Amino acid sequence: MLAAIGVESLDDLFEQIPESLRLGRPLDLPGGLSEAEVYERLATLADRNADAEAEVCFVGAGMYDHYVPAIVDAITSRSEFLTPYTPYQPEISQGGLQVMFEFQTAMSELTGLPVSNAGLYEGPSSVASAGYLAIGATKRRRFVVSRGLHPHSRETLRTYSVGYGAEVVEVGLEGGLTDAAALAAAIDGETAAVFLQSPNFLGAVEDVEALGAAAKHHGALLVVACDPMTLGILKPPGEQGADVALGEGQPLGNRLDFGGPSFGFFCATEEQIRRMPGRIAGETEDLDGRRGFVLALQTREQHIRREKATNNICTAQALNALGAMVHLAWLGRRGFRELGELLARRTAYARQRLAAIEGVELLHEAPVVREFALRLEAPVPAVLERCAEQGIAAGYPLGREYPEYEDGLLVAITERRTRAQIDALAEALEVAVAAERRAYPAGVG
Amino acid sequence: MSAQLNETPMQRERATTIYEKSKPGRRAAALPEAEVPEVPLAELIPARLLREAPPRLPEVAEPEIVRHYNRLSRRNFDLDSGFYPLGSCTMKHNPRLNERVAALPGHARLHPAQDPLRAQGALELMWLLQGSLAEICGLPHVSLQPSAGSHGELAGLLLTRAYHADRGETRTRVLAPDTSHGTNPASVTMAGFEVIKVATNERGGVEMDDLRAKIEEAPDQVACLMLTNPNTLGLFDENIEEIAALIHAAGGTLYYDGANLNAVMGQSRPGDMGFDIVHVNLHKSFSQPHGGGGPGAGPIAVSERIEPFLPRPQVVRREVDGHGPVFDLDHDRPKSIGRLRGFQGNFGVFVRSYAYILSLGADGLAEASETAVLNANYLKARLAAGRAGKYTPVAFDRHCMHEFVLSGKPMKRELGIATLDLAKRLLDFGFHPPTVYFPLLVDEALMVEPTETETKESLDAFADAVEAILAEAEADPELAKQAPYTTPVRRLDEVKATRQPVVRQPL
Repeated sequence: MLAAIGVESLDDLFEQIPESLRLGRPLDLPGGLSEAEVYERLATLADRNADAEAEVCFVGAGMYDHYVPAIVDAITSRSEFLTPYTPYQPEISQGGLQVMFEFQTAMSELTGLPVSNAGLYEGPSSVASAGYLAIGATKRRRFVVSRGLHPHSRETLRTYSVGYGAEVVEVGLEGGLTDAAALAAAIDGETAAVFLQSPNFLGAVEDVEALGAAAKHHGALLVVACDPMTLGILKPPGEQGADVALGEGQPLGNRLDFGGPSFGFFCATEEQIRRMPGRIAGETEDLDGRRGFVLALQTREQHIRREKATNNICTAQALNALGAMVHLAWLGRRGFRELGELLARRTAYARQRLAAIEGVELLHEAPVVREFALRLEAPVPAVLERCAEQGIAAGYPLGREYPEYEDGLLVAITERRTRAQIDALAEALEVAVAAERRAYPAGVG
Repeated sequence: MSAQLNETPMQRERATTIYEKSKPGRRAAALPEAEVPEVPLAELIPARLLREAPPRLPEVAEPEIVRHYNRLSRRNFDLDSGFYPLGSCTMKHNPRLNERVAALPGHARLHPAQDPLRAQGALELMWLLQGSLAEICGLPHVSLQPSAGSHGELAGLLLTRAYHADRGETRTRVLAPDTSHGTNPASVTMAGFEVIKVATNERGGVEMDDLRAKIEEAPDQVACLMLTNPNTLGLFDENIEEIAALIHAAGGTLYYDGANLNAVMGQSRPGDMGFDIVHVNLHKSFSQPHGGGGPGAGPIAVSERIEPFLPRPQVVRREVDGHGPVFDLDHDRPKSIGRLRGFQGNFGVFVRSYAYILSLGADGLAEASETAVLNANYLKARLAAGRAGKYTPVAFDRHCMHEFVLSGKPMKRELGIATLDLAKRLLDFGFHPPTVYFPLLVDEALMVEPTETETKESLDAFADAVEAILAEAEADPELAKQAPYTTPVRRLDEVKATRQPVVRQPL
């Protein structure tokens, strides 16, 4: 090979790197390992994590321990889906492109909006991308955001808004729901978009249509973040006046993976189709008239439009979106609705069961689907520690992100959480709260 | 009629979506019993907030789902099936060990909001990966948070903004070569800066006089220079030290687009070249499978002066007396630009890439880059001979790094076939074509990146295919113009898909 190139040695090829910039020493990393050794090393690390197999997981806060059917793994691990690049050559990428088209159809059905993209990175950065779309659509630079929007989404929107030159105004919660009067007062003729989440971070189902009226009145876009697993039973954002519906896709066909990779979904009205971020597959025909699929509307995208692109995203989450599509096909029209009903009923049971415990009360009484918030008359981290000793991850401590709910605990239910596990949680929580109240009588914790 | 007689079986099988296979009443999933009172939904949630009809998802049984997606998979070309020399994308082999370790329950079923004390293995893995990337990049601090390369770019530009703001400066201009990836200018605009293009010289590097001129127009407005090195022509910019000195003298930061890092692992480090911020595409150099368009991850490595602004949270290692080290998520970073996404990043990708780094080790990573450069230069030499050398000459004739760019201009002029035609004909020969029409400054560009995981035989087979296509085009150029013939569908009408977009199945 060197002879064909016309050089004496490999070093000759690296001569284009100035001598002063050549590393000239091995990297300060260990030597390579055999496959068996790498496996052992990583299995040892994995063993030091308390995962949802090691303890019963009632933690949600945006990602949920759903059962991912075996068929999802079987299909997403196929080389033909796992190892291609983004479908730039559509003639040999029809499989991936058709999956995108099917996925877009599913997300459009779930959200009740006509246009979906093929997926973005994940939830919070999708929220930030909606802000960019809203600036393009309205030429305004002010965002009004409910405090019920996931704290990571609010923070991500703020991070991006520094680049957008946009202002972010936050509106608080009342009784677990967005303060409607405060929201209406915060929206004005300079507002580009209003951001709501339903169910919100506290699990409460918002009246999106009522809250969105002020946005409509001032010509601001209504952006609604939603949990896809609730859309089998909840009115879709598209029927409640949303211009954009988006969210974290992990509950559909994706494992927890300590937070990623998952995907974000992003749907909008027809009016916004040319401002959408990310890839969109579209139907077309080949030379002989056969049905086929391509990346449509590429003139929005960075590789064509460069600095005028509607977003900078390139590599997204195609494989994760495939997992979602297979999971949705597996659930099917009826299964998807039944799962929503199952979540709502088990959650209602758990909510009632836990709120009956001495020293535990509901943080709000708004309707919920699969997650609810409690107040504990005991220090939450200490209670969680005691439950963990019983092999139960009892929930998410709200004080981590909401100083006003230092005593708050957010509990999530999936179809994996059986009645027996919910009862075990109730018992563990009762014992833990009682023990902490004895240790720190009222007013001390 | 003859076209139909020549149809391959896969072409004959017209595309049918899963929705079109749906029949009322069929299903796959059996859900658990509720085990709790079957309260009517309207007693739990006000009726006006409930949906009337469920979303029209397909109704199909599991065998049909498996068959449907297996058939669809066969309508994809993939790296495990053949050579994929897509320039700038680093289509290297994806070791299956990485999938196995990522799927361990301790990784796959770990909740991202788990108490850090109960996720010590995951945090240690992230901390180890950060350290490895820091050493490879030659920069002391790493954030793993960005989700892919363009997310890393946006992070780098927001870091640049925060760095200048912290010094009481507002700078508006970001310089980038005309050969840069499209994500660069798109990220610049999203971060609120203006893109200033810098010309390319006759050796394929940054045109130094133009760079000086663009700096001198408004030196106190230079926020950053974004550069890929080796650049998108596959060439190492020999003037990098001088470029760094000029930008730093003007007070700007130097950003390294790590899409081409696969050329220099263990050979040369961006930090030593003077870069302040580097993004690393774990789905390129570090073997995360591309998944047909993701997932990836785009960690950033930064210099000391940029560190205070890194996204929140950061993984840190704390020494606790008598207890050994404890790993934690540090949110208390007052100068941080804030979050770029939810939770801690694409952890599953971190597991795969860390497994890759452990497998190769220091020597293996250096050897990977050496072989990537050797393979690229060998294929370049093969394509410089014969008809390819005549019709698709290399755009900048010098040794390349891990990739090189050809120009199809003579081919178009003399044979009447465009780069797109050559690319489409390659599909009939069983190859994925190179990246086409990029970088923009080369007419009819073909950007070829073979990677280190290809054998000499596969490089030879590709060169032979190009030669054969050019030979047949000399005799009959129409053959390439109408190609491909054997793929599941033939050339598709992309204009129609954009003019009258149909982006979902009508139901």
